[in-house]
Amino acid sequence: MSDLENFRLETREWLEANCPAEMRKPVRDDDDVYWGGRRATFKNDAQKAWFEACRDKGYTVPAWPKAYGGAGLSAPEAKILRQEMAAIGARPPLSSFGIWMLGPALLKFGTEGQKQRFLNEIARGEIRWCQGYSEPGSGSDLVSMQTFGEDKGDHWQVNGQKIWTSYADHADWIFCLVRTDKDNKYKGITFMLFDMAGAGVSTKPILLISGNSPFCETFFDDVKVPKSYGEDCPGFVGEINRGWDVAKYLLGHEREMISGMGGGERTAAIGTAMKRHSAKTGDDLDPMLRAELAMFDVDALAFTAMSEKFMDEMKSGKGHPAQPNMMKYVGTELNKRRHELMMSVGGSRSLEWESEETRGGAPSRDWLRTKANSIEGGTSEVMLNVISKRILELPGA
Amino acid sequence: MPLYHSEDQAMLSDTARGFMADEGNIANGLRHWRDRDCPDGFGHALWKQFAEMGFTGMLLDEADGGLGMGHVEAGIVLEEIGRNLTPSPFLTSSVLAATALKHGSNDLKERYLPGLIEGESVFAVAVDETAKHRPDRITTRAEKSGNGFKLTGAKSFVVQGASADMLIVAARTSGADDDADGITLFAVPKDAANMSHDAVRLVDSSMATHTRFDGVELDGGAVIGEVDGGREVLNAMLAAGRIGTAAEGVGVARGAMDMTIDYIKQRKQFGQVIGEFQALQHRASHLYSEVEIARAVTIKAQQLLDEGAESADLMTSVAKAKVAKAAGLAVKEGVQMHGGIGMTDEYDIGLYMKRDRALQEFLGDAYFHANRVADISGY
Ligand SMILES: Cc1cc2nc3c(=O)[nH]c(=O)nc-3n(C[C@H](O)[C@H](O)[C@H](O)COP(=O)(O)OP(=O)(O)OC[C@H]3O[C@@H](n4cnc5c(N)ncnc54)[C@H](O)[C@@H]3O)c2cc1C
Ligand SMILES: Cc1cc2nc3c(=O)[nH]c(=O)nc-3n(C[C@H](O)[C@H](O)[C@H](O)COP(=O)(O)OP(=O)(O)OC[C@H]3O[C@@H](n4cnc5c(N)ncnc54)[C@H](O)[C@@H]3O)c2cc1C
Repeated sequence: MSDLENFRLETREWLEANCPAEMRKPVRDDDDVYWGGRRATFKNDAQKAWFEACRDKGYTVPAWPKAYGGAGLSAPEAKILRQEMAAIGARPPLSSFGIWMLGPALLKFGTEGQKQRFLNEIARGEIRWCQGYSEPGSGSDLVSMQTFGEDKGDHWQVNGQKIWTSYADHADWIFCLVRTDKDNKYKGITFMLFDMAGAGVSTKPILLISGNSPFCETFFDDVKVPKSYGEDCPGFVGEINRGWDVAKYLLGHEREMISGMGGGERTAAIGTAMKRHSAKTGDDLDPMLRAELAMFDVDALAFTAMSEKFMDEMKSGKGHPAQPNMMKYVGTELNKRRHELMMSVGGSRSLEWESEETRGGAPSRDWLRTKANSIEGGTSEVMLNVISKRILELPGA
Repeated sequence: MPLYHSEDQAMLSDTARGFMADEGNIANGLRHWRDRDCPDGFGHALWKQFAEMGFTGMLLDEADGGLGMGHVEAGIVLEEIGRNLTPSPFLTSSVLAATALKHGSNDLKERYLPGLIEGESVFAVAVDETAKHRPDRITTRAEKSGNGFKLTGAKSFVVQGASADMLIVAARTSGADDDADGITLFAVPKDAANMSHDAVRLVDSSMATHTRFDGVELDGGAVIGEVDGGREVLNAMLAAGRIGTAAEGVGVARGAMDMTIDYIKQRKQFGQVIGEFQALQHRASHLYSEVEIARAVTIKAQQLLDEGAESADLMTSVAKAKVAKAAGLAVKEGVQMHGGIGMTDEYDIGLYMKRDRALQEFLGDAYFHANRVADISGY
């Protein structure tokens, strides 16, 4: 038996022994997601047991080096773990912007001291991060951002405002784009890391059309950001004034993560699930709707193959560096379409906003939430612009 | 007849537009009642104003105290309702129920029409029995009982069911569940014994009910039209409701589109107004084309219905499906082109998306009506 086959069997056994039955059920709402952080609480014992087992094995971040809290898995091993987890429907033990966004940026640009400290904290679920990029006047045109850090020797004094900061009111720390040179657009931004509990930081939740408030306006009023948190641990990533490189690299990972929603490797035909649903409600599927579901499944299952190819190529360094933009674009558009179809199958029942039968309007609230998928992390239009420019090399794009 | 509004109709359109924008706008209509968790989902004072404007009885015959107008005129009012997302019982009461009551006995008319015309009464219709619109299958039963009937069954998506003074219920008086014949329509008063409502708020903040009939006793006078011959009245009522829903959908589409075009003329990114990007210009122009077409076919179907033309049935389904697609596009493009701000509750574009979703489902979605187009066309 090859090493990989061996690894698969071991993984299967380990999951069997360590993943509680409750953690194999689909995530129903944000409560089911464990985000970690200083103020985190577990929803139940199963969530705690599953998180701790993974943390101790390095499986919250399986492909990160062991020294930083990961399991040091190779790309093929990490893929096997993903597949085996998908096979039993295992939930992610820990979700965090630290894992998806900041971690990869630190692995590439961080100092050894930053990696030792921050990556381990992320892997162990000790700190929850939020992303301070967008500002009221700077969304798609992110590089025009204005939040300013004045150099005060050993620290910056930061003033300004961010917006759409997801979970800012739950986050412990922020990775934040701060202008440190007003005369230099691209080479005047520093990628800073600081504590949200510090003086001068305040957040104000924004109510979404889904009725939830997952994001905030974030204000900085004379916030003191240290240039150093100790030996080999600067308060910024990469070089001063060169934060844009870090920001862009991070966006690639963010887009890769978001693309998974549209049909990562876990995607199965929605038609079957929908048929079960309609059998329960006593409605046959309308022939037109059935055809539409089938067309969707063609696109979604094909995209699943694309996702697998993309991941395999990315993890072995073969992919086109701009391809996450395509994945993000297609994945999010598919996810929106999926929810449109789910609403159609659910009919008038899915319109209910508060009823017990719909778990407080979950179908319609989830459907509305998906509309942000093609906006957050860079809009579909921006994705298409980037494809035109960096992959197709169209002039003027 | 030219396929644009006559002078009288254009005047009505101006009046309705001004009235709805002043009295039924989003701030003092939809948001006002929503933020107060209003159990009716609309304001009765505005309904009285609808009466003063002459809207409530516009489809009724002059002999019955109405204005004797047609679906084109009702559609004009509905388009403005759609544009302003005005919560009102106009569609269920003045369009659906009024169309059914035209076929009712004089007694029924005398009992119910004055309240409607005065803006005192609210009516609802109970047709759907499952989560999808399937009017071909009616299982709610009305058994003969003495001089009257006993009604047993359950209905869902009864818009404004809980606040209605009277419900028009489609029930089976003979035959099997899927038979075309054997349907009877009943006017069931609010205070009927053994009727219960489970009220639910919908995504667009409107109110609907799941309504149960556990042996509701009705006298023969509650029958609208002929016993067992209700399918024709039901079809007329549905046609009126569908074209009315389409007209409201056109208003939703235009409201969302106008708001979006305004926004992309103002919002700046990359040192320019985002409306300068051809990527958005082309989609906005495409949207405009779709909405114009949806509006044209809606007016066409209204005219055909008013003429009593045979093709009205086909074109009503064409309109309902086309509007569903165009309005769906308008609200999706609307949110997308607004970016992050489009996802916020504070901004109105999301409210259009919610209302559109409810209108999509009401009286048959685009899939249902496209299927009907194939059926009627015989393929
Ligand atoms: C749910 C959600 C969560 C978010 N979380 C975070 C977060 O945690 N941290 C953070 O920093 N930000 C976050 N964002 C912000 C997000 O990154 C921005 O909303 C996004 O980048 C778009 O910016 P904007 O909202 O200013 O829209 P705008 O940039 O104003 O765009 C408006 C419209 O114009 C289009 N457009 C703009 N430029 C062009 C062009 N050149 N060509 C064609 N079309 C164009 C856009 O595609 C869009 O359709 C979040 C947003 C959402 C909705
Ligand atoms: C069957 C047929 C019959 C014809 N008959 C006649 C005739 O009788 N008399 C006559 O004079 N001509 C005739 N034409 C020519 C026709 O008018 C041209 O082909 C047409 O105007 C497009 O010009 P082009 O072929 O040079 O394409 P181009 O103008 O080079 O266009 C190429 C592509 O670029 C796109 N494009 C160009 N500019 C823009 C822009 N600003 N924004 C976005 N996209 C753009 C176009 O839409 C097209 O997709 C005929 C063409 C055909 C196919």
